[in-house]
Amino acid sequence: MGTPSTSIEQFLREHEHSEMLRFSTAGSVDDGKSTLIGRLLYDTKGVYEDQLAAVRNSRINRSTGEFDLSLLTDGLRAEREQGITIDVAYRYFHTPNRKFIIADTPGHEQYTRNMATGASTASLAVILVDARKGVLPQSRRHCTISWLLGIPHLVVAVNKMDLVDWSEEVFANILADFEAFVAPLGITGITYIPMSALEGDNVVERSRRMPWYTGPALLEHLEQAPIGKQYNYEDLRFPVQYVVRPDLDFRGYAGQIASGVVRQGQRLTVLPSGRSSRVKTVTAWEGDLSEAFAPMSVTVTLEDEIDISRGDMLVDPARMPHVSRRFAAHLVWMNDAALEPDRPYLLKHTTQTVGATVTAVRYRLDVNTLSEEPADGLALNEIGVVEVETARPLFFDNYRKNRTTGAFVLIDPASNATVAAGMITERKEDNRAADLSAALRSEEFTSGRLTPAERYARWRHQPATVWLTARRELAYLLERRLFDRGCLVHAVVDEFESHVLPELARFSNQAGMIAICSSGSDDAADRERARTLVGGERFVALEGYELSPDDSKAAFQIIQALENRGILPADRFQVGEGI
Amino acid sequence: MSLAEPAISVRSLTHLRALEAESIHIIREVVAEFERPVMLYSIGKDSSVMLRLAQKAFHPGKIPFPLLHIDTTYKFGEMIQFRDWYPASIGAELRVHTNRDAIANGANPFSLGTQKCCGLLKTRALLDGLAQGNYDAAFGGARRDEEKSRAKERIYSFRDQLGQWDPKNQRPELWNLYNARVDKGESIRVFPLSNWTELDVWHYIYLEGIPIVPLYYAKEREMLVRGNSLIPVEYNYPLLPDEQPEKVMCRMRSLGCSYCTGAIRSTATTLPEIIEELVSFRRSERELRIIDHDQEGSMEVKKREGYF
Repeated sequence: MGTPSTSIEQFLREHEHSEMLRFSTAGSVDDGKSTLIGRLLYDTKGVYEDQLAAVRNSRINRSTGEFDLSLLTDGLRAEREQGITIDVAYRYFHTPNRKFIIADTPGHEQYTRNMATGASTASLAVILVDARKGVLPQSRRHCTISWLLGIPHLVVAVNKMDLVDWSEEVFANILADFEAFVAPLGITGITYIPMSALEGDNVVERSRRMPWYTGPALLEHLEQAPIGKQYNYEDLRFPVQYVVRPDLDFRGYAGQIASGVVRQGQRLTVLPSGRSSRVKTVTAWEGDLSEAFAPMSVTVTLEDEIDISRGDMLVDPARMPHVSRRFAAHLVWMNDAALEPDRPYLLKHTTQTVGATVTAVRYRLDVNTLSEEPADGLALNEIGVVEVETARPLFFDNYRKNRTTGAFVLIDPASNATVAAGMITERKEDNRAADLSAALRSEEFTSGRLTPAERYARWRHQPATVWLTARRELAYLLERRLFDRGCLVHAVVDEFESHVLPELARFSNQAGMIAICSSGSDDAADRERARTLVGGERFVALEGYELSPDDSKAAFQIIQALENRGILPADRFQVGEGI
Repeated sequence: MSLAEPAISVRSLTHLRALEAESIHIIREVVAEFERPVMLYSIGKDSSVMLRLAQKAFHPGKIPFPLLHIDTTYKFGEMIQFRDWYPASIGAELRVHTNRDAIANGANPFSLGTQKCCGLLKTRALLDGLAQGNYDAAFGGARRDEEKSRAKERIYSFRDQLGQWDPKNQRPELWNLYNARVDKGESIRVFPLSNWTELDVWHYIYLEGIPIVPLYYAKEREMLVRGNSLIPVEYNYPLLPDEQPEKVMCRMRSLGCSYCTGAIRSTATTLPEIIEELVSFRRSERELRIIDHDQEGSMEVKKREGYF
């Protein structure tokens, strides 16, 4: 914790503008991880005095120092009883420039899933290597998982340098071993720091005992690692989370921007409907914004009235994501019950949850050697490359390009457990066109890219279907009355083949038209089918006993019904009669 | 129409705005995926922040879920005044639940001891209140920096039909993909402030001008001074022989039941002064909460039993 340098006001200004960096650590008992974190917390004053007092008073001291720093990260009673770390613990500290969140994870193989959990939100990983032991499977596993989970910055902390006489040669050998291991993964730009967490060398302060090392201490590096790199500002992906509708005048799409920038006036495409509109406002509590960017949570309103709901995605038409039901992915299996291909799972991706199956396991990845092994399934903590098929199309990017739209989890619908984490690697070949058309084969799309709002703007009425039973003359009279009011209207009169009327009505409605259907007398089944096809809100059927036998009066009744339902705007001359 | 400037000119969020965006995402996600969410409202500073985040999440709409206060009847009078004023003033719906049977049977911290009292008036009342409303998700203002068992708790904390937490069997939680699936009777406690620290909460209250209970500000108050503890004089607490309340300049660092929440000596009467005190003293806020220390691994045990 940074103490106020001159005044509390200055401290508040600095703290207000500080950024946030999330990093992960992994390790097990005896590799010095707890001491390292304890040191970071202690030296940045991230420890409360009463917590420190408890540690100072503790009878346990496994260190040579005044008290045991590793006790500062002491965990659950269940863990203390078993002498192990079971789960991810989150810890917090800050310096004047940055707030840090540590995802502190256990290192053993049986906790691979916890490592993956901690890595999923981290933008930097600190991989611990014991200078005496060199690169062990555990460091390799942490490295591979950090790479799989797309962490952009890797730091290898070569710890316990005090136990190898601060030897440059030991450090150089470890560096060379590590570089050889990561070469096949294509990882470059790793930062290597020799340190002693116990003695405090190169953790917060630079060490004087290793003059051959000229790089930064760990904390300096943590303070300087670029943060912006974790977000993609190029490709707008706005998964709709919730529709905010406080009243009829406001319909906003709430969500957290997954990537890119959304600006007022920008043209957007809505997936899966494929329809487009412009951004009317980018609304936040503070007021309307000219733009918002990842990872802000905002509410977007559009110029046109389009039917959009949770699970849809707003994107830039010039930079579309993949739209597909089939893709390949890295999968980390996290459940005791092994993966079974072709078994139904639920897949949660951005804001939509769909049914999914794993159709094939291509191979299992040995995390220690990076070799690919044939496999039929995946057991707990195993990682593999699989092929997935979903019930509905997903809108996604390669995980390497986008850590939000490339990620998913699998849930077992029977136990409700989260059973796997997935990182999409590729859209499967040769299905893009088919999938796109499947995705876009919606009612709106078959009637063209014109929007209902555009049609309404031209015709000044909503589409509707008026269903009459054996009232041919009334149908023609009503058509005339509506036509004279400027409506787009068509009487579809067929008393012999009335079973095609529901389809005709739907087509007419899709074109924005008011369809007046007059059928034969025995039409109950067709009428209900039409109601379903065109939708209840567009369907107007006055029962025989309500409807005047006089055609002229009946036409007036129907027009009133259309006005009351908001399909036709009220005719001001008639409404104003009494004035 | 005039447009507000983007939060900052370079495309990078300050840590408080990044935390805010994350919390708003969590709150919306719960409302979208659960049938009957509720927000546990404790009247404290964390609840005030959580309430502001909920307002922001659904702006310009209203908060689409009720607030639930578990009233032990031993809360400070100023807390109850604040409770009855603030949520209503922002158009939120407040529900209050009390374990009336236990109160009728004379439950109080003096005769039962704090552990048992807390079990009946808080944990039991909370579980009953949640069951009564049939809530399948309950927001709580807990933070991971508060206490070591909370450091390991998920943002979506699964609870079985008895409201119990199983620390060894938590659902993996990756990215911002939260698993909201529960069977009938099971529920999720949701902690949107998980990644906030005490300092973040205070700084946000300061920047946003969020109203808080005046007990957080230092003032001369009638207190019982027992060793290092300052116990507020409310509800005719039994005095020790020869004990007299004294006037002490002090404030509350966290708010619970008046008997179990110690005050600290302080002269901090403004938010910057409170923050200054916080960064220079570095004592953890739950240190003075008796219930955290009444047995080994105390909070972990309470959570397993259903405490939030």
